[in-house]
Amino acid sequence: MLNKLYDWLDERLDITPIWRDIADHEVPEHVNPAHHFSAFVYCFGGLTFFVVVIQVLSGMFLTMYYVPDIQRAWESVKYLQNNVAFGQIVRGMHHWGASIVIVMMFLHTLRVFFQGAYKKPREFNWIVGVLIFFVMLALGLTGYLLPWDQKAYFATKVTLDIVGSVPFIGETLRTLLSGDPYIVGAQTLTRFFAIHVFFLPAALLLLIGLHFIMIRRQGISGPL
Amino acid sequence: MSEEQLPKKEGEISSSDKQQVTRRQFLSYTIMGVGGFMAAATVMPMLRFAVDPALKAKEEGDMVNTNFPVKDITKEPQLVTYEFEQEDGWYKSTVKQTAWVFYDDKGELVALSPVCKHLGCTVNWNQKKEEPNRFFCPCHNGLYEKDGTNVPGTPPRGPLDRYDYEIRDGILYLSRRAKAVGGA
Repeated sequence: MLNKLYDWLDERLDITPIWRDIADHEVPEHVNPAHHFSAFVYCFGGLTFFVVVIQVLSGMFLTMYYVPDIQRAWESVKYLQNNVAFGQIVRGMHHWGASIVIVMMFLHTLRVFFQGAYKKPREFNWIVGVLIFFVMLALGLTGYLLPWDQKAYFATKVTLDIVGSVPFIGETLRTLLSGDPYIVGAQTLTRFFAIHVFFLPAALLLLIGLHFIMIRRQGISGPL
Repeated sequence: MSEEQLPKKEGEISSSDKQQVTRRQFLSYTIMGVGGFMAAATVMPMLRFAVDPALKAKEEGDMVNTNFPVKDITKEPQLVTYEFEQEDGWYKSTVKQTAWVFYDDKGELVALSPVCKHLGCTVNWNQKKEEPNRFFCPCHNGLYEKDGTNVPGTPPRGPLDRYDYEIRDGILYLSRRAKAVGGA
C-alpha cells in the first residue's frame, strides 16, 4: 500500500533522488557508537536538533493558549499550565527543553572544538554554528519574559539595562528592544513575543538549514 | 530614423556608440530597477514600523504635583509619594513613585530617586543602625551618603539619580523621570 503510494508519487515527481540526497548517506564507523562507544560525542549535534524540534512543536502548541498582553499573559500561562490537560507537560517540555538545548549545543561545540573539526574546510560551518548559538541564547532570553512574572520582569529589566549601557547607541538599542525608552511594559512584551515566536525561529531554521547543507557537502570530519 | 541607427559595416566604429547600451542590458537594468523599487516598497514600511519607538520624541511629561507642602521639607530626608498617569502604547496606568526630599547643607532642595544604582532595589534612609545618616539598600548592602553619593567599597557604581523639581504655590512638583548625576 505504502509502496504503491510511493511509486505513484515517484513516477510523477521523481522523488527518489531527493530522498537519496537527504537520507541515504554513509555513517562512517568512527562516528557510530555501535562500533566505538566513545563515538557518542558525535550525537550532541543531532540531540540539539532533536530538542529544537521539540521546542518548535511545544512552542506552537503553547501559543494556542498564551496571550502576549501584560494584563493577561500571566493568567493565560497559569491557565494553560493548571487547567488544560497535559498543560504541565507541554509547558514543561518547552521550559526544560530551553535549558537542555543550550547544554546539548554547548557539548556539541566542545566536541567540535576539541576534535579540531572546525578546521579547513569547515571554518564557515563553525561560523554558522556560532551564529546559531547566539540565536539560541536570544531565544532563551526573549522567551524568559513571556510568562510575565516577577522573575521574568526583573531579568528583562537587567537585560535592558545591559543593552542600554552600550556606548553611544545603547539608548536607541534599548528602545528598539523594549518599545519605550523608560517603561518595561505592554510594548516590551509584544516585541519580545514577536521576536521569540517569529523572527528568531525563522533565523534559526535558515541557519540550521545552512549548517546541515554544509555537513552534507563536506561530510563528517575524519577520525582523530 | 536618426543616423546612428543605420546599419554599419563590420569593424566600423562610429563616434556616437562608445557607450551604447544593448537591448539586453537595458532590459536587465529595467528589471533590476523595478525589482529594487518593489523590494524597497515592501520592506521599507515594515522596517519603519519596527523602529518607530526609537524615532519617536522622548516624552518626559509634565512635572507632577506631589501635594507635599514645601514648608514641611526639612534637612532630614522624607519620603514623598506621588502618582501620575503613564501611557505605555495602548496601556494607560497610574504609576506610584517615591522620592527622598530634603534640603542639603547649602540649603538647596534635593529630590533623590530611591532606586539603587546597583540592581534597582529601593533604598531607605537611616534604616541600618550601624550606618546612621546614610541611605541603605537591603539587597546587597549598598550605601549612599545623604547627598546620594555612593559609599566606596559598596556595590553601587554611581550616585543616586535626582528628580527635577519645581515649587508652585508652596507645593512641591517633581519630574517623572530621575536624571543621573555626573558620569555613570
